[in-house]
Amino acid sequence: MIRVELPAHLRTLAQLHGEVRLEVDGEITLRAVLDALEAQYPMLRGTIRDHDTLARRPFLRFFACEEDLSHDSPDHRLPEAVANGREPLIILGAIAGG
Amino acid sequence: MSGVRVLVGTRKGAFILTSDGKRQKWDVSGPFFGGWEIYHVKGSPVDPNRLYASQTSGWFGQLIQRSNDGGKTWEPVENKFAYDGKPGTHQWYDGTPHPWEFKRVWHLEPSLNDVDTVYAGIEDAALFKSTDGGKSWKELSGLREHGSGPRWQPGAGGMCLHTVILDPSDSDRIYIAISAAGAFRTDDGGQTWKPINRGLHSQYIPDPNAEVGHCVHHIAMHPARPDVLFMQKHWDVMRSDDGGDSWNEVRGNLPTDFGFVIDVHAHEPETIYVVPIKSDSEHYPMDGKLRVYRSRSGGNDWEALTKGLPQQDCYVNILRDAMAVDSLDSCGVYFGTTGGQVYASTDGGDNWAPIVRDLPPVLSVEVQTLQ
Repeated sequence: MIRVELPAHLRTLAQLHGEVRLEVDGEITLRAVLDALEAQYPMLRGTIRDHDTLARRPFLRFFACEEDLSHDSPDHRLPEAVANGREPLIILGAIAGG
Repeated sequence: MSGVRVLVGTRKGAFILTSDGKRQKWDVSGPFFGGWEIYHVKGSPVDPNRLYASQTSGWFGQLIQRSNDGGKTWEPVENKFAYDGKPGTHQWYDGTPHPWEFKRVWHLEPSLNDVDTVYAGIEDAALFKSTDGGKSWKELSGLREHGSGPRWQPGAGGMCLHTVILDPSDSDRIYIAISAAGAFRTDDGGQTWKPINRGLHSQYIPDPNAEVGHCVHHIAMHPARPDVLFMQKHWDVMRSDDGGDSWNEVRGNLPTDFGFVIDVHAHEPETIYVVPIKSDSEHYPMDGKLRVYRSRSGGNDWEALTKGLPQQDCYVNILRDAMAVDSLDSCGVYFGTTGGQVYASTDGGDNWAPIVRDLPPVLSVEVQTLQ
């Protein structure tokens, strides 16, 4: 079971309360988790990563286990604590005013 | 019982203002999609309960929302806008080639005769069409590829296709406008397009009379006279009597001819409205006075409409899609400001009153007249 924390606006969009819990097969990478997330909540497609290139949207970050994974390859294995559900993958909006 | 529904897009959500035909008491609902920029909300002329909304964010990108119950509930539909083929480049601000990139949807124009057909004007400028209620989008790429695309350039607000006008007498004819490329027309349902900018004169481009490059801010048409178009350009208020083939300036006695909005009275095709803005570098009304100007002669002779509008210390702007009219017997005129006010006149502009005063900055206003 993978836990994912979404920004408030995306929780609203997906009609979610609290964390998302996902079953992810195979190796637990960022790509695999986001694929599973978008499969379960298709309205999130395009809001976290580009439809075609799958690049992270510039104002979003990926944190886990007190580390910034935003610039890691999406095919890197996520930390073991995320893979076994002890820690969430946090998808975070950059701080900005307005 | 007739009524009016005003659809307001703001920097921080959508609002729906409803009233009966008297238009004296208003119910305000919203914010819908709170915190998101809502560039445009518009209803289908075929089924007024079908609404489309452009929801966008610097963080999360573009969403399209659809309602089937007049805005009570919404569902997200397809948000993928993929250019047809390899889109190439347009001019960047410094004149260098810049790749075409999707940024947001500025304007949604539902079909006049099919509830599931809707057009989307996007930044970087292109026109998309959905025939399944927004579940999929296909570019009408004949516009972007008609030949002058590499010479188009962004205005200060981005290279946006912001105006889509469907000809009620000819379903194959569509007018669009782009900042800063100009106006274009198709006569074959969007397959082929031609620039319609003859008569426009823009000092801010190297050839002021160029075929493309003009910063058209908005165009309006009365449905009873689809060959007559009125344009608020960056500077200049223009009129065409031949479907855009040629344009003439109708600034007349306006105090300034810079502005964004322009619209036409619902029952008087020669009565038009603009809100003059001091200049392109100041973006607020002259002398701190918010004045709508009305011409009853299709331009040239203008009168200031001030009753009920602030006449001192007013420094708001009225953006290009933020004026609309209803079609009740006594035509209602509505506009929204960057200060968050939505003003309404129930008598064609003679008298004004705010419906709401403190919304987020208003990006767009559309009106539905309900029977």
